[in-house]
Amino acid sequence: MARAVTTQRKALNTAVAWTVGLLIFFPILWTVLTSFKTEAEAIANPPVILFFDWTLENYGVVQERSNYMRFLWNSVIIAGGSTLLGVLIAVPAAWSMAFVPSKRTKDILLWMLSTKMLPAVGVLYPIYLLCIQLGVLDNRVALVVILMLINLPIIVWMLYTYFREIPGEILEAARMDGAGLKEELLYVLTPMAVPGIASTILLNFILAWNEAFWTLNLTSVDAAPLTAFIASYSSPEGLFFAKLSAASTMAIAPILILGWFSQKQLVRGLTFGAVK
Amino acid sequence: MSPKTVLRTSSALALCAFAGAAAAQDTTITIATVNNGDMIRMQGYTDLFTEQTGIAVEWVTLEENVLRQRVTTDITTNGGQFDIMTIGMYETPIWGANGWLIPLDNLSEEYNVDDILPAMRAGLSHDGTLYAAPFYGESSMVMYRTDLMEAAGLEMPAAPTWDFIREAAAAMDNPETGVNGICLRGKPGWGEGGAFINVTANSFGARVVDENWQAQLDSEEWSNALNFFVNLMNDYGPDGYATNGFNENLSLFQQGLCGMWIDATVAASFVTNPTDSEVADSVGFALAPDNGLGVRSNWLWAWALAIPAGTQQSDAALQFIEWATSADYIELVAENEGWANVPPGARTSLYENPNYAEVPFAQMTLDSILAADPNSPTVDPVPYTGIQFMAIPEWAGFWTEVSQEFSNAYAGQQTVDEALARAQDIVNEAMEAAGYQ
Repeated sequence: MARAVTTQRKALNTAVAWTVGLLIFFPILWTVLTSFKTEAEAIANPPVILFFDWTLENYGVVQERSNYMRFLWNSVIIAGGSTLLGVLIAVPAAWSMAFVPSKRTKDILLWMLSTKMLPAVGVLYPIYLLCIQLGVLDNRVALVVILMLINLPIIVWMLYTYFREIPGEILEAARMDGAGLKEELLYVLTPMAVPGIASTILLNFILAWNEAFWTLNLTSVDAAPLTAFIASYSSPEGLFFAKLSAASTMAIAPILILGWFSQKQLVRGLTFGAVK
Repeated sequence: MSPKTVLRTSSALALCAFAGAAAAQDTTITIATVNNGDMIRMQGYTDLFTEQTGIAVEWVTLEENVLRQRVTTDITTNGGQFDIMTIGMYETPIWGANGWLIPLDNLSEEYNVDDILPAMRAGLSHDGTLYAAPFYGESSMVMYRTDLMEAAGLEMPAAPTWDFIREAAAAMDNPETGVNGICLRGKPGWGEGGAFINVTANSFGARVVDENWQAQLDSEEWSNALNFFVNLMNDYGPDGYATNGFNENLSLFQQGLCGMWIDATVAASFVTNPTDSEVADSVGFALAPDNGLGVRSNWLWAWALAIPAGTQQSDAALQFIEWATSADYIELVAENEGWANVPPGARTSLYENPNYAEVPFAQMTLDSILAADPNSPTVDPVPYTGIQFMAIPEWAGFWTEVSQEFSNAYAGQQTVDEALARAQDIVNEAMEAAGYQ
């Protein structure tokens, strides 16, 4: 029997949920608002929230100074490429671990996760030297591969968790019906795990989009994505907060819009199991 | 000469000229630089350079700390990602000594290298060889509110002492109106609060190490300097000054919430700009304070353009450096944006120009730069060069740690004596590990 919830409790829960939501969203809201202020209004004390002279000047300056589309395109290629490549490698890996586990499967999974514990700066010089030797500094393909490798443990873990919830009997039934490995993966497993795969793709796309260590250190001109675009507007000697906010808004807008439209799949994938 | 020969010769010349022009058009140099007003302004004039020379320019603009990490990684691995790097007075002599930079010893006569201010030239050289050309230079000075000083019945001397600064801070401090007597950097970081406290200590007769590289932070002079700073800021500084750096203090000063601010001379153009500053018409300038010991508490810094040894485009890079740091470039900016907006502190001729003399902070900027001597930064002798830093590779690492200890003391998380004791250990350990002791 469903538990009865009083109207007062509902109102309280709603108020708490909205408060927490607004608190989490506030930095983004503040960045967006600041992007429409003048530099003087951006540092005003007490701060002005809504009643200021709204201006698009900062966006104009940013557009004039930087080739936004080039940075955006690089971000799309790097984040999209690394995510797709990662999923292509991780689906068979997670399948074998989930349905044909060996004695060492858990060790391998833990070892994969342990690679995430190494601080990135610890391998900066080896990776940088490797890129020089291979002639791939400031190269999008190199970044696609590097970000894929960085996020691969998370992708494998997420997919492994989803696949584990799919009853093995369904796959066995498919095999009895004559399905080979390819058919089993493409026509049985994948459709059942679509919410999980979708949320894995979205989450890793966001991680790759926001990655700001390798994308700053391995690029200069040709492959620089939006993280480098934002970094070019930050300054410890000069108050350019309004312009920095405009650049930040332009950098996060695509991923915010993507997140907005796919939030249903994202939440479903993250909170529900694969077959529920 | 036969007509045929003439035709052949002229054809060959035309072909050479065409090939030369085409090659120049194909040349693209990549420049790594910081995001500040002068550098961004220069980017706006790059098309003129390309028109004149046929050399295209790609800019990689980064936040100062990101840039430092980025160019250091590239130059130490000979990555060759950049043809010109914007570096400071700290990196230049160290990188020059390591052979990572191309010496600027073949600058043209028209460039007039002797016009570079001697202090800047000395700071950007190693063993007398110039390794980077200053784009702009700065020192530090006192910026104060003339209206508040007048209301307090005080007159700022051109060369104040620390005692006077404390007296003036007390007179201007007004909790009711929210005006802090003085705003200074307390933020951790060797280039933030770490730089400020170091030059303050210099003027109190302190030094980081003695001639034998033994740490001196347990000295009476260091205790006097740090106690003075903490008491001054606790009494008349803004709340939370332990996390205030250049930008935070600039913001406070521009909003009229600081009676005085001692910081980079480059800030003068910001605080006197009526678009951004509420107190633009009531700002005065004075030399950084001293204690009568012969050393002022001002630093010396330059953002300069250098050519990394790994570049394949050294000739084109040199051409750009000559253009961007020339007297003609200064004239170009003055013509389009006024004399107050030209890059300051690099060339002697700028300060001999009567038009620039009318800029209110021009003379004080020059005087501050001239008052700084990187070869003799302290009252007692030291084995290093540099004023707010020691020009050794280890400085950035251990002084950042020391400044964190000092900031903890500013925030009241430990006493001044505890901070100095820890700083003493940090410096001695760093000197020993690096083999100086």
